[in-house]
Amino acid sequence: MSLLHVENLRVRFPTDHGEVEVVKGLTFDLGRERLGIVGESGSGKSMTGRALMGLIAPPGRVTADRLEFDGIDLRNLPESGLRRLRGARMSMVMQDPKFSLNPVIRIGEQIGEALQFHRSMNARARKQAVLEVLEAVRINEPERVYRLFPHEVSGGMGQRVMIAMMVVLQPDLMIADEPTSALDVSVRATVLEILDDLVRRRGMGLILISHDLDMVARWCDRILVMYAGRVVEECAAEKLHEATHPYTRGLLASVPQLNETRRRLPVLDRAAIGAGT
Amino acid sequence: MAQAARMFGPLATRAAPLVWFIVIILMTFLGLLAITFVIGRVVPIDPVLAVVGDRAPRATYEAARLAMGLDDPLVVQFFRYVGDVVQGNLGRSVSTGRPVAEDLARVFPATLEMATLGIIIGVTIGVPMGVIAAARQGSWIDQIIRVLALAGYAIPAFWLGLVGLVIFYAHFRLVGGPGRINIFMDGMVPVRTGLLLVDSLIAGDMRAFRSAFSHIILPGTILGFFSLAYIARMTRSFMLEQLGQEYITTARVKGAPERVIIWRHAFRPIRVQLITVIGLSYAGLLEGSVMIETVFSWPGIGNYLTTALLNADMNAVLGATLVIGAVFITINKGSDLLYRLLDPRARA
Ligand SMILES: Nc1ncnc2c1ncn2[C@@H]1O[C@H](COP(=O)(O)OP(=O)(O)O)[C@@H](O)[C@H]1O
Ligand SMILES: [Mg+2]
Repeated sequence: MSLLHVENLRVRFPTDHGEVEVVKGLTFDLGRERLGIVGESGSGKSMTGRALMGLIAPPGRVTADRLEFDGIDLRNLPESGLRRLRGARMSMVMQDPKFSLNPVIRIGEQIGEALQFHRSMNARARKQAVLEVLEAVRINEPERVYRLFPHEVSGGMGQRVMIAMMVVLQPDLMIADEPTSALDVSVRATVLEILDDLVRRRGMGLILISHDLDMVARWCDRILVMYAGRVVEECAAEKLHEATHPYTRGLLASVPQLNETRRRLPVLDRAAIGAGT
Repeated sequence: MAQAARMFGPLATRAAPLVWFIVIILMTFLGLLAITFVIGRVVPIDPVLAVVGDRAPRATYEAARLAMGLDDPLVVQFFRYVGDVVQGNLGRSVSTGRPVAEDLARVFPATLEMATLGIIIGVTIGVPMGVIAAARQGSWIDQIIRVLALAGYAIPAFWLGLVGLVIFYAHFRLVGGPGRINIFMDGMVPVRTGLLLVDSLIAGDMRAFRSAFSHIILPGTILGFFSLAYIARMTRSFMLEQLGQEYITTARVKGAPERVIIWRHAFRPIRVQLITVIGLSYAGLLEGSVMIETVFSWPGIGNYLTTALLNADMNAVLGATLVIGAVFITINKGSDLLYRLLDPRARA
């Protein structure tokens, strides 16, 4: 049975010049698999992720013909119902640990919080669980890191802490929104490896959001290509090179290859894309 | 040598910031003294005349001048002044005829007591109000804060004081009138701290306590109102900034209840900023609200300083200035210290 059913998902915001629709009728299913959502900046990827988590605050509006998580209709779920799902059954890793971790709360306490909200366990058991999950994200000295504040760890370590925080309750669905974009190139692969490992071992569904086609192709089973709030292409990761949509072709063409010499990289032909949608 | 360094190294590095902190405080106080000293020299008021009177013969005048050391080099005079201040000798006030230090010991607690009541009201009501206003933007409590903040700017203190006296004292007889205590009990409570509420409790004199309370409650509440308006407005804007942060979204993603989001994730980071705001507000109240002290005939430092200025009573002016400066330094450095203790990023 699939984990997530999304039909005709729309996200709208009122602005000075009327309502703008930033997600324009998204439809997809997700099983316990790794789905990549790729597209240029501003194409509506983050808004899609946040809409799934129920995090679009008024005056933003979310509508859908169907929005089901494991058989639960998310559309009219009250905030309390969403709260029970969030953290425990669906979670999200955000872009930059510098901003997504609270600067004045110790790392151990921040991870332990998720347990506090959803499980009744004593402080000792909670600490034990936190230390274990820190180890699961390959942090060598969990005892030490437990007591640190976020500014005392590197970006790569911060993102591993973030991942630990989001998997500590073994959720079914994990959304990772540009989880490596803010990190040093040298640690990106490690962070993705850890994430991938946890997702596979625990059988979670993963939505990996990125603007990086190569990365998504490498770490996902299936790919949605988004452009201006719509899905313009959907394919298996290994079939990506057979993509037909002009936008996808354009993205593929602008990825430089190591074994070629080109004077300049091609630029997207937006007129052609517009004609294609 | 190396061994000693290894042994004392950690201790020295831990103690160094504290030593440095104390040095800075001492330097600041010295700076304050330098300022009051210079003011004392440049104002066109002759300190000798203040002592001998303006009808004294030339010889008496010169003798006094010599005795006061006013012909010594300025540096010598300055350090003599510092020594005097350290020993609590601030000279004699020409208007009260008493040592200035004695006067200050009487008037400052009066201001301290009222300002403390004001800041307690300002913090206990203003902080929660600001937090709630930010959490429920646009709600009625948010509207109230806007009106209060505007009123805090627009309404003069003396007007509130007069209106308050007319309504609650003259009309309803709910509070005591001007002064710190019923005139028949004035001076009856043995002075321990100078704070009447505290002293009357120590003496076990409940009648005096009730009288003092009924006198302080109106001016204290008015000061509290101004403090509250400022603190609530600042709290609201700090909180709004916090609630837009990405880590608030993280907390939501974890399934945090709203209460936890507001008080743990948003409020904890602003505590340090609030300390600075509260310190500023308290220091402002301690300066002695001249208007309120005048309207309520409150024998505080604001009143004392004003009277001294009008009488060109230089010793009193400088003494009061010193006290106000010292209050500012203490509060400023105190909030600095708290800041370092509370903010993990500043602890380093
Ligand atoms: N509160 C808002 N009001 C209006 N437009 C918004 C708001 N938040 C985001 N948008 C717009 O939605 C579009 C999609 O944003 P987003 O999903 O963050 O893009 P990305 O694909 O880069 O993650 C962007 O064009 C952005 O300007
Ligand atoms: Mg984004």
